[in-house]
Amino acid sequence: MSHATTAAHDAPHGGHGAAHPSGLLRWLTTTNHKDIGTMYLLFSLLMFFVGGAMILAVRAELFQPGLQLMQPEFFNQLIGVHALVMIFAALMPAATGFANWQIPLMIGAPDMALPRINNLGFWLLPPAAMLLTLPFVLAIFGIGDGAVATGWTLYAPLSVQGGLGVDFAIFAIHILGISSILGSINVIVTIFNLRAPGMTMMKLPIFAWGWLITAFLLIATIPVLAGAVTMLLTDRHFGTHFFNAAGGGDPILFQHLFWFFGHPEVYILLLPLWGLMPHVLATFSRKPIYGYKAQVYAFIAIGLLSVVVWAHHFFTAGMPVPALLYFMYSTMAISLPLAVLFFCWIATMWRGAMSFETPMLFAQGFIVLFGIAGLTGLVLADVAADAQYHHSYFVVAHFHYALFAGGIMGVMTGVYYWLPKWTGHMIDERLGKLHFWLTIISFNLTFLPQFFLGLAGMPRRIPDYALQFTEFNAISTVGAFILGFSQLLFAWNIWQCMRGGEKADGRAWEGADGLEWELPSPPPHHSWETPPAIK
Amino acid sequence: MSAPAVSHRKLIGKLLAGVAAAFAFGFALVPLYDVLCAATGFNGKTEGGPGDKGLGGFSLGGIKGQAAAGNAPPSRIDRSRTVTVEFTGTVMPGLPWDMRPLTFSLELHPGEMQMVKYLVRNTSDRPVTGQAVPSVTPGQAAQHFDKIECFCFAQQTLAPGESREMPLTFIVKPEIDPDIRHVTLSYAFFSAVQDRTALNKQE
Ligand code: HEM
Ligand SMILES: [Cu+2]
Repeated sequence: MSHATTAAHDAPHGGHGAAHPSGLLRWLTTTNHKDIGTMYLLFSLLMFFVGGAMILAVRAELFQPGLQLMQPEFFNQLIGVHALVMIFAALMPAATGFANWQIPLMIGAPDMALPRINNLGFWLLPPAAMLLTLPFVLAIFGIGDGAVATGWTLYAPLSVQGGLGVDFAIFAIHILGISSILGSINVIVTIFNLRAPGMTMMKLPIFAWGWLITAFLLIATIPVLAGAVTMLLTDRHFGTHFFNAAGGGDPILFQHLFWFFGHPEVYILLLPLWGLMPHVLATFSRKPIYGYKAQVYAFIAIGLLSVVVWAHHFFTAGMPVPALLYFMYSTMAISLPLAVLFFCWIATMWRGAMSFETPMLFAQGFIVLFGIAGLTGLVLADVAADAQYHHSYFVVAHFHYALFAGGIMGVMTGVYYWLPKWTGHMIDERLGKLHFWLTIISFNLTFLPQFFLGLAGMPRRIPDYALQFTEFNAISTVGAFILGFSQLLFAWNIWQCMRGGEKADGRAWEGADGLEWELPSPPPHHSWETPPAIK
Repeated sequence: MSAPAVSHRKLIGKLLAGVAAAFAFGFALVPLYDVLCAATGFNGKTEGGPGDKGLGGFSLGGIKGQAAAGNAPPSRIDRSRTVTVEFTGTVMPGLPWDMRPLTFSLELHPGEMQMVKYLVRNTSDRPVTGQAVPSVTPGQAAQHFDKIECFCFAQQTLAPGESREMPLTFIVKPEIDPDIRHVTLSYAFFSAVQDRTALNKQE
């Protein structure tokens, strides 16, 4: 894509300043990337609390052994919907919100390339979220037996036999998938076609690179998930036997299809955040990003490797030894480009004039905790060790270090970093720091014990446990409640920042570098209508 | 100003083609997976008889068909070692039956032909048809586990309350990896699906 095009609007977007619809209609019809970005982010925040409330109920049940608060069926529904909500309705929309706000600002484009598709992509989300949670409500009125109770992995044959909730989940996944595909196409077209003149691919902000790889991964894997749940649907209702052994199908096939999507999905969730980290680290170290090219190549390598390692999620389902070895070594190989990223992050800070504002604190917390996620992942990738740790709380702890510390805390890093740009007001630093310390302490209080529970043999996805696990579960539950309620500080800080506060300069952070900081804060409704010149 | 409209469209077209290809790839994995499993015995899919051509690319996993001529007992019996074979069975939800193996475990020399029986009972007060689906663990043993005669080759119908001993004649081939000393054969009995019967008739 040689020609970086000038300020191009190939679709009308509500007229220039003149006839903006106001109120609800404005948000329903908006094609402005900033409005849509805001909607994505607020939706994500809301769903973060919805998913969080579900899992606090689960942790309350696990405070003590025995069944106190709920029946196992309801417990199963809560854990599965929690995961689906957090992954598809909290983390992914947050990343898309970042993309909408930041990619045009950072590459000097006037808007996303496909504004109407952009609007559609967002407005598919609320109905999908409703589909996911509606079965809970229907069950209250005696319709169906509640939400999907298979865990987020929807394994057959359980999901073939499950109730109404499974059908709702299948439709929700279809809609969420379409939304993600639309978002990805938009990101790719924007990055390829709308870069400011002179911005070659190797001058692209690293955040945009992270998103670009994510977008390609989504296009390659979401359709496979869509195919898998379609097969599930036809198995359930139209007499096919893709996963039904009695009809010649195979339930293990579902695991292959699911994880062909599922493993790349974990990189889909994190690549945008790995892209944003270097910007934050460089800003608060007052140094340029270290190893730009190395990081870009690491992204590409991770993207390619991520689609060939999926079976490490079901080593224990039975595989010939050569296949076990292949999936073990290829999984471990991913840690090499990942290590390149870690070293680049550390080198970016090395001997910098560091200061520790809230976004920097979150970025550093991210590096340490996400490092633990990677190291424990290596343990799980070891076939022999995984035979013991599979489906235990060790796995739960591992992926929460990856997805809460690596995912959610990465999102928080980005929100605190860019909020002054978006709202024109600085965040409340005192509140932000309090939020950081509460989060990082209670996060470890919640999940560190789970490693030991898993090592000692506590299985995941079971509402009861043996007595010797009581103390660590109690600690974990206390941690989870502190963690959950601390997040109200985050919401409060955002709300305050949207309402007012200390005015932010265009370059809100002293050491910030990049096109977005050359615009005023907040940027005008239409920015970069004349593209900036890139040196 | 609006120069890139065409190239937008081209790019979108390519990306949508990518989406379609990925969707097709997901479905292509179904037959690919089965071919791979049949060739290697992954997942404990045992070889079926000659009728094992598959349902639109599906291997029937040894459900139907009789023993092929090629499955005749091998002449060689490896008396230098023994393999323990264990038998289990599960009745899947929706089938009002009981089942248990009459022999729980058996020590044999590879190449030796053996016969065991399962006792199956219809606990309901109506005739019911079921289909057993075998699976062998570890998966590597599956391709060396030959069923000569098996109640899983055909659907079984039991009258109300009827009990029946269902036989299985098999050989563990001498080619089985010497490291494997323990093999488990497990049956899952499913309620025979209506359209599945139709498919059987077609073949
Ligand atoms: C070097 C890096 C990593 C390695 C080697 C690794 C390895 C593994 C392995 C082998 C499992 C399967 C464990 C089992 O079920 O027995 C697993 C589970 C999981 N990992 Fe990782 N992982 C790594 C990084 C990540 C990252 C970056 C994420 C997320 C962003 C992640 C998210 C997950 C999730 C969600 C699961 C559990 C899924 C489920 O069963 O529900 N992992 N990991
Ligand atoms: Cu994985």
